[in-house]
Amino acid sequence: MDEVKLLGTWPSPYSYRVIWALKLKGIPYEYIEQDLSNKSPLLLQSNPVHKKIPVLIHGENPIAESVIILQYIEEKWPQNPLLPSDPYEKAVARFWVKFADENCPSIGKVFRFSGEEQEKGLKECLEMLETIEEHAPGLGEKKFFGGDKIGMVDLAFGPLAHWMGVIEGVTGVKIMEAGKFPRLETWIKNFKEDPVIKENLPEFQDTLAFMKRRRESLLASK
Amino acid sequence: MDEEVKLLGAWASSFSYRVVWALKLKGIKYDYEEEDLVNKSEALLRNNPIHKKIPVLVHAGKPVAESMVILEYIEEVWPQTPLLPQDPHQRALARFWIKFGEDKSAEFFKLFQTVGEEQERATEEARELLKILEARALEGRKFFNGHKIGLTDIAFGWIACWLDVLEEAVGVKLLDADSLPKLQAWIENFREDPVIKENLPNRDKLLAYYNYRREMFIEAATSRID
Repeated sequence: MDEVKLLGTWPSPYSYRVIWALKLKGIPYEYIEQDLSNKSPLLLQSNPVHKKIPVLIHGENPIAESVIILQYIEEKWPQNPLLPSDPYEKAVARFWVKFADENCPSIGKVFRFSGEEQEKGLKECLEMLETIEEHAPGLGEKKFFGGDKIGMVDLAFGPLAHWMGVIEGVTGVKIMEAGKFPRLETWIKNFKEDPVIKENLPEFQDTLAFMKRRRESLLASK
Repeated sequence: MDEEVKLLGAWASSFSYRVVWALKLKGIKYDYEEEDLVNKSEALLRNNPIHKKIPVLVHAGKPVAESMVILEYIEEVWPQTPLLPQDPHQRALARFWIKFGEDKSAEFFKLFQTVGEEQERATEEARELLKILEARALEGRKFFNGHKIGLTDIAFGWIACWLDVLEEAVGVKLLDADSLPKLQAWIENFREDPVIKENLPNRDKLLAYYNYRREMFIEAATSRID
């Protein structure tokens, strides 16, 4: 089997989406930490369009963009499937993966900004959480978005499970008020307790300290 | 599989046409329902409660929303005339470019809806997208997908048929045929495909609609400045 390499950075949630998929499917891989302030020739060569992580390199082939990497992994290694086999259920899952990918970055707005822009970001986050709480199929009835087992939708919403809490800690802004989103709260608990996920999360305090420093330098540079 | 297929769409929308093209290329029979986006039908709101947008495909009573999600669904349920490569890495590349287009096309909406400095910035971003496609996405192929039209071509179909109308309505040149020859050749090949050719909106009608919308946006933008 061809070698699998993952170019990522700690503690990026997008990096972790790929780590989770690889671990859930038991795929051996080499992780190569990237320095984004001094991008490696390998990164620039493997993702010339965006120059971003994560990038999966399978044999000779680089694949960029976390949700696209997840789909590639799913197709290449069908064991422990992350998508339903029924085409309609699969379409519903794809819809929510897209929703997650497009909306999770709103938590980043609360992190990067202050004042009016941060408020705008917070408003976007709340709309996202309300939509998920009200409309996401299976939430509340099943353990995960994917049903009884973790699936691609769960991985896509990963940033909410851990990094949203970190951002709340760093900024002092409460994004998810306790009790307001009960089904989502339960999902977060279930997700973080899963043995594979639990083993593969960046340590909370370390992440908090790192993000605190980042926020300070971001705000100082404005 | 042969159960009723319904498409809720809008005549001016390139997103709507993505689904039309996929259905036509695969020879799938369907009923089309034109939606009035100013006065959304109960059926649309029920079938896409989250975004309340077209297109929505309803197959055997079950709705699928988001044009690219619909296309992946169509590809899976009706495998004839495949629109994606078989090889997983090639599929990943196709999906990469589709996502690239989806992420960056917001700049085109922006330049249509704004004036002044905001519009200039969006225009620069829009031109960048086209340059990147020219430099990296076609690689000497007739279509993004190879020698036959695929999902990536369908996803970028708006460049072949809506972009020049947008340029005219806004009064800005985005695609310079001389500096983007591969993209220009792709546009011509795409438009000449017999299925695509038969399934395009009326250009005069589209231009009139775009002109009308552009005026509304200018009015809104300039009244804000005052």
